[in-house]
Amino acid sequence: MTMTATAGHAQADPHHVGLVIEHPGPAPKRIVTAYGFWIFLLSDIVMFSCFFAAYAVLSGQTAGGPRGSEIFEQRNVAIETVCLLLSSFTCGMASIAADVRNRFWFYLGMTVTCLLGLIFLVIEFREFADLVARGYGPSRSAFLTAFFSLVGCHGLHVSAGVLWLLTMMAQVFAKGFRADVLRRMMCFALFWHALDIVWVGVFSVVYLLGSAA
Amino acid sequence: MLGKLDWSAIPFDQPIPLIAGAIVLVAILGVLTWVVVKGHLPYLWSEWITSVDHKRIGVMYILLASVMLLRGGSDAIMMRIQQAVAYQSQGYLPPEHYNQIFSAHGTIMIFFVAMPFVIGLMNLVVPLQLGVRDVAFPTLNSVGFWLTATGALLVNLSLVVGEFARTGWLAFPPLSELSYSPGVGVDYYAWSLQISGVGTLVAGINLVTTVLKLRTKGMNYLRMPMFCWTTLASNLLIVAAFPILTATLAMLLLDRYLGFHFFTNEAGGNIMMFMNLIWAWGHPEVYILVLPAFGIFSEVVSTFSGKALFGYRSMVLATMAICVISFMVWLHHFFTMGAGPDVNAIFGIASMIIAVPTGVKIYNWLFTMYGGRIRFATPMLWAVGFMVTFIVGGLTGVLLAVPPADFMLHNSMFLVAHFHNVIIGGVLFGAFAGFEYWFPKAFGFRLDERWGKLAFWFTFLGFFITFVPLYIAGMLGMTRRMQHYDVAAWRPWMIVAAIGMAVLTIGVICQIVQIVVSIRNREALRDRTGDPWDGRSLEWATSSPPPVFNFAFNPDVRGEDAYWDMKARAQQQSLERDRPDYQDIEMPRNSPTGFVCAFFATIMGFALIWHIWWMVILGGLGAWATFVVFAWRDHDEYVIPAEEVASIDRVNIEERRNLVSMAGAAR
Repeated sequence: MTMTATAGHAQADPHHVGLVIEHPGPAPKRIVTAYGFWIFLLSDIVMFSCFFAAYAVLSGQTAGGPRGSEIFEQRNVAIETVCLLLSSFTCGMASIAADVRNRFWFYLGMTVTCLLGLIFLVIEFREFADLVARGYGPSRSAFLTAFFSLVGCHGLHVSAGVLWLLTMMAQVFAKGFRADVLRRMMCFALFWHALDIVWVGVFSVVYLLGSAA
Repeated sequence: MLGKLDWSAIPFDQPIPLIAGAIVLVAILGVLTWVVVKGHLPYLWSEWITSVDHKRIGVMYILLASVMLLRGGSDAIMMRIQQAVAYQSQGYLPPEHYNQIFSAHGTIMIFFVAMPFVIGLMNLVVPLQLGVRDVAFPTLNSVGFWLTATGALLVNLSLVVGEFARTGWLAFPPLSELSYSPGVGVDYYAWSLQISGVGTLVAGINLVTTVLKLRTKGMNYLRMPMFCWTTLASNLLIVAAFPILTATLAMLLLDRYLGFHFFTNEAGGNIMMFMNLIWAWGHPEVYILVLPAFGIFSEVVSTFSGKALFGYRSMVLATMAICVISFMVWLHHFFTMGAGPDVNAIFGIASMIIAVPTGVKIYNWLFTMYGGRIRFATPMLWAVGFMVTFIVGGLTGVLLAVPPADFMLHNSMFLVAHFHNVIIGGVLFGAFAGFEYWFPKAFGFRLDERWGKLAFWFTFLGFFITFVPLYIAGMLGMTRRMQHYDVAAWRPWMIVAAIGMAVLTIGVICQIVQIVVSIRNREALRDRTGDPWDGRSLEWATSSPPPVFNFAFNPDVRGEDAYWDMKARAQQQSLERDRPDYQDIEMPRNSPTGFVCAFFATIMGFALIWHIWWMVILGGLGAWATFVVFAWRDHDEYVIPAEEVASIDRVNIEERRNLVSMAGAAR
């Protein structure tokens, strides 16, 4: 995007013949910010993959405790998934509203996103509380350790996302659609969508494969 | 109220840490008093502590690394003395204390010396070489530095309040699990690395974005100086590897704090998973450290040979090849795990393959020197010393990459000698070369050459006198981490190694003297041209020290060796140059965000180590509030008017003109 191809000037660089790509200079701030945030997201996904790997290694180590198929509830997971996927859609709507500077649709989109995120968190929290109450807490077995850590890590990210979301709404309220606020909004949207992608992984690796076993 | 913290945490019965701690405390208080009495505090606060200028942050990184080098170095001296005297006796250190010392030595040298040193140099130089005003995220840069400082502070705190890990520098479970290490040592280790690890990740993201998105006009990828390429490779590795460390330490902490079972012996925990995870980070870490050093050597060798770097493109290719392959060899750290001959063979071969691009680099440096007009200034001495030393280290590395040989030599002093051979001969020599090379750029005066050369020779000889005996002791069967031993054959080598350590120490003292002498003679050593070494890349195109905005106008790069090219053209065009069209420059404002954030991180880290939960919450709220305040500020930039830019730049151009005309007369 920051590169433009220009023919000619071939003599400037003796190694190139014909087409020379001239670098036009530093990228605009919006691009730089988004690029940096993408790189952060990649690093976050590397961290998640460690927890995925740990889960893969430990998922059979039940130490006499329950297996995945005995504790997972398909219905809850389905509702959670629907909530999250829908929230990605509403988050996208809020982003578009921010881009066209429409406050009403922005607030509406963000509120719905927030509510869907909260519903997801409540369901997850109830699942965890229920397991702990039945004596299947994370210290019961290495499998449960890995399960609570992986799913809980995603849940923590969603919680942080909800806090960030509320901060963004407050920022738009206090500062309006300023350039730096819009850049942050773009990062938030990237973050929220990335959480969705991670959830698809959690959903497939933990719940689908776990229930089948 | 205070969790696990009480008076028993202060080691009143151990004189060594207590006295050392007291001396450090007196020194810190002395410096602080001096700063306050002399009225330097406002200057320090506004110009350094809250600075978001990449050059200042780079300098602070290097300062932190230098101080911690002395700390880690004194650990090394204690270890060498202990092993020299501990033949058929307990030596002078109690075993638990010795175990803390070698753990702290490794942790400090890697995380708080090597890392901040190379990140500091990258911070200082890369934006200048790219011809831009600052890194991509200046305030984040400051946050990254101060979080690193928090980690260093916590490690040093463990000297007098509580204890440090006794588990080695990677805290292998199950030894690091609560049942075997019930004290706070491992918690100090883990939290200081978690906090400084966040700082490192932030620096990595920042530098990757800077190199990929903020190059000046005409600076194509294949015109970037080699140091920028190795910075890119190294920071890509940081971004890919440090999250693994974060996750691994998080798992260990969950085991220790909440009774999870990732790595425990009970309930199905898997200890080898820790080894795989920690080395999946740990092996790339070696290259995170050494790649920037390779970049420094490339700059130094080509500048002091007066030639363009030989085989620039093959160098780029070698760098990126190392970047990729370094992620595929981690299993060679545990060939004895029992993964089987096939797995071992694959990882053994992958480990040996890394020697190929590294060899390409060595040959390129040699060919750069071949036929060049070589000046043996101090940075060049470090570079040549590196080439000799690193080849030995590389060859012993290839030897260790043979699984059957590794079965004999793993966990021996041979291994200890090997990795010190590559880390000291590679990273530290590179750091010193970069320090000597870019010092005039950072401070505006050169370092004293005589003391610099003395420092090099003492360090170089001291290094070999120390570590060749360790290779031999390893071959004789001496294992690492020994508090004392009964084998007579090892003793002479341990004594020689201790003597070598003394020679090394003289080298360090020479370096300190060099700095003091140079500061005293700074007027005589002043660099008015901004280009003391007849450099080739853009950092030499601006004055020393550079103005806060680095370049008065964005340089336009036409080929490799940007500044060399400009100088050549300036001569051809008989110094005629259009008066540049100066414009207002927007620069990021200073911000205490980084410092305040690290302040709360320190409180939180300390509270977590000692289980003081109310303080954890306080620290967390503070950190969060800092970010909200930061997010709410309205003016994050200030403008330097064009006239001011012009007047600053005019001085620079005048002195430079004199330089070019003098150089022209000389030829």
